[in-house]
Amino acid sequence: MTKLDSRVPGGPIETKWARHKAELKLMSPANKRRHRILVVGSGLAGASAAASLAELGYPVLCFCFQDSPRRAHSIAAQGGINAAKDYPNDGDSVWRLFHDTIKGGDFRAREANVHRLAEVSGSIIDQCVAQGVPFAREYGGLLDNRSFGGAQVSRTFYARGQTGQQLLLGAYQALARQIGLGRVTMFPRTEMLDVVVVNGVARGIVVRDLVSGRIESHAGDAVVLATGGYANVFFLSTNAKGCNVTATWRAHRRGALFANPCFTQIHPTCIPVSGDHQSKLTLMSESLRNDGRIWVPRTPGDSRRPDRIPEEERDYYLERRYPSFGNLAPRDIASRAAKAVCDEGRGVGPGGLGVYLDFAGAIRQLGEATIRERYGNLFEMYERITGEDPYRRAMRIYPAVHYTMGGLWVDYDLMSSLPGLFVLGEANFSDHGANRLGASALMQGLADGYFILPHTIGHFLATARLEKVDAGGAEFRRAEGEAQARVKRLLAVNGRRTVDSIHKELGRLLWDHVGMARERGGLEDALRRIPELRERFWSDVRVLGSGEELNQSLEKAGRVADFLEFAELLAADALYRDESCGGHFRVEHQTEEGEAKRDDARFCHVAAWEHAGDGRPAVLHQEPLTFEFVHLATRSYK
Amino acid sequence: MASHAAMQVTLHVWRQRSRDEPGRMVAYPGVEVSPDMSFLEMLDELNERLTARGEEPIAFDSDCREGICGACSLTVNGIPHGPRKGTTVCQLHLRSFRDGDEIFVEPWRARAFPVVKDLVVDRGAFDRIIAAGGFVSVRTGGCPDANAIPVPKAAAEAAMDAASCIGCGACVAACPNAAAMLFVGAKVSHLRHLPQGRAEQDRRALSMVRQMDAEGFGNCSNYYECEAVCPKEISVQVIAELNRDYLKASFLHGERKAAGGGGS
Repeated sequence: MTKLDSRVPGGPIETKWARHKAELKLMSPANKRRHRILVVGSGLAGASAAASLAELGYPVLCFCFQDSPRRAHSIAAQGGINAAKDYPNDGDSVWRLFHDTIKGGDFRAREANVHRLAEVSGSIIDQCVAQGVPFAREYGGLLDNRSFGGAQVSRTFYARGQTGQQLLLGAYQALARQIGLGRVTMFPRTEMLDVVVVNGVARGIVVRDLVSGRIESHAGDAVVLATGGYANVFFLSTNAKGCNVTATWRAHRRGALFANPCFTQIHPTCIPVSGDHQSKLTLMSESLRNDGRIWVPRTPGDSRRPDRIPEEERDYYLERRYPSFGNLAPRDIASRAAKAVCDEGRGVGPGGLGVYLDFAGAIRQLGEATIRERYGNLFEMYERITGEDPYRRAMRIYPAVHYTMGGLWVDYDLMSSLPGLFVLGEANFSDHGANRLGASALMQGLADGYFILPHTIGHFLATARLEKVDAGGAEFRRAEGEAQARVKRLLAVNGRRTVDSIHKELGRLLWDHVGMARERGGLEDALRRIPELRERFWSDVRVLGSGEELNQSLEKAGRVADFLEFAELLAADALYRDESCGGHFRVEHQTEEGEAKRDDARFCHVAAWEHAGDGRPAVLHQEPLTFEFVHLATRSYK
Repeated sequence: MASHAAMQVTLHVWRQRSRDEPGRMVAYPGVEVSPDMSFLEMLDELNERLTARGEEPIAFDSDCREGICGACSLTVNGIPHGPRKGTTVCQLHLRSFRDGDEIFVEPWRARAFPVVKDLVVDRGAFDRIIAAGGFVSVRTGGCPDANAIPVPKAAAEAAMDAASCIGCGACVAACPNAAAMLFVGAKVSHLRHLPQGRAEQDRRALSMVRQMDAEGFGNCSNYYECEAVCPKEISVQVIAELNRDYLKASFLHGERKAAGGGGS
């Protein structure tokens, strides 16, 4: 085990980034033209990075598996984006946003990165407004703000319930402009299958053209991964169907450390599963918890219609357990509380996996028109999916996997442990610790892409001694050959199980043992069963068609094969982290009231795992976390 | 309470191996579904069964399945995104159909959207139109404070109405002329309502329309089918705004060809 060096600059936290920027080596515009950069992923982080790098003069190649960069999953974020603008004059500051994010992350994030994130947050809003992002405004023409979970100030900017969409379209349009100018070459419907390492430096990628099936390589002077999170390892999550771990997992196998994979976030307000056919879960904005009241029947098995259950026979369990935050308790706490009442047999709806989110009181008090104005689009979405009218009947909600805080380990410059490989957005691990606050994912993706990477990557390129490589080199040939062999192997099994059936089985196993509540026995069981399932996959999966055409089963099979390897690391990390913190709840470590109990003496560090070869346990590296500026304290939302 | 009773439908699905091979409708009788399933979950389940009996699954695009990414693109019984107004096909549920229904599923049909395989089409033309001018030319950094330029609330709302376009292409698929003017108009309208977008208003309309024509899309002749199927219910008013900007810019900058519109 080694201690990792995050290369955080010294000095007071307020001046670290400014000083670091001043010390970074620059490169002349003429030289930038000679350094090609490969950007994988076109969401908020990838598109903003690709556009910004091309504006600086670097030739950029950008890759996405979707048919257009505009469809990346960032588009589905609803709520908003945080920034420490303090427009409402309610006492916000860079310091407070920094502090809230560290505390919200349950003291498992790196202070210097989080402070920098808060520092650049204001510039993000300036940038987006200049691009034409239609944020909500007040009658005076200035920007409107709303409040969000885990904060006592209103610092969230929003564009109706479609903030992610509008921010992504802003970044996409900046990217499109560079494509039109010929400075970015875009490769849609192209999936990255491997990173190519030459003399210890990431120098290229292997990709598959999803339409022709052709596998080919691209060489560059740096590789940027902005490929999102791994929530789909659970099969059912709120992520888009295509979200996958392949890019980061393949980079991990080539030497990039994977940090804190057990930090997964479960969102409390999703629409429950309706049957085995369920293909994904739909999130409804947390804002519903502002007016809706969450409850279950007092008596297990009470199957009466919700409106027939009298007040005194209902348990408003969040209000009961958390009197000061009530229905607005943070995501991890609200999710676990829902699971607890369902485990007691008091859940509602099909399979007893749901709790009520009831607006009857709010409608009586505020009138249906007000509720319609506030939540109309969400109610409509609920009705579309469930066929039930939430104005007349209490909604049913249940937690679902939503975001993953873990990811590839990066240093202060966002470079992974594999030199030349940079990792941005949800794909890295650095800013959210063990729990992400609402409206912070959009902020981080854009901070990384617009305002951090363009500075740090230039320093790398200016100081690294990079030899000339081309995509015909031996390392490239070898990696291509391996990718081709994997495709052939997937097609050759021709067993009896479909890819989805195995993915669903993996998802259930993880949800049961590595989900909201984890304990040693269950984790050990999962660690036994994941390799068995992987065996079954490779001996019994059926992928029809060929590798030389659009073949969606083959795409899924490759992703599930990687999920089956990654799942083991996820479970191993959850077993290793013998404490509860943020989204990671170990049943063995809770207070008498059932709250998460951190163990700062043993686990105040980042656990970053090194791939040691197939069949060998990953090797642990630690990055100690020191809290110089925010006092380590127990989170309390009571 | 939603009914959970099983129903059976007959699906007729467009199958086409590749862009260069002819396609045909294939019938799949006796498909068991539940009313709580989404339309795409029905196709998922059918694909599971096809795979089990050794037939290649049906290719179709989808990603977020929440109606926001714009990937899904099925014409159901002749209507892009199917019968439910303001709803993408990924959010269409089987309770909109009845036991015994025959359902016809086809890809978007337009020359500018060639079929890639089965129900998957190539919508790269939309990306090229945006790359031609669907943006504000600002670089990263150095932007004025976000509150430096007030934007009247009504203007911001109008911009947002147009900006909610998801780029799915249903408007093109529904139009007898395969026109892309609702899509192009939505972007032009979004940016013309904001002071930040106004500097390039003329140039934007000219460049986007030029690219739209080059891609082989038709022109608007006021059928309004696009508005009827748009899952985000974008108004045809954006087409009027596009025509206005295009005509004005053409006079100012000497371009002669009008962007269509004005009756058939």
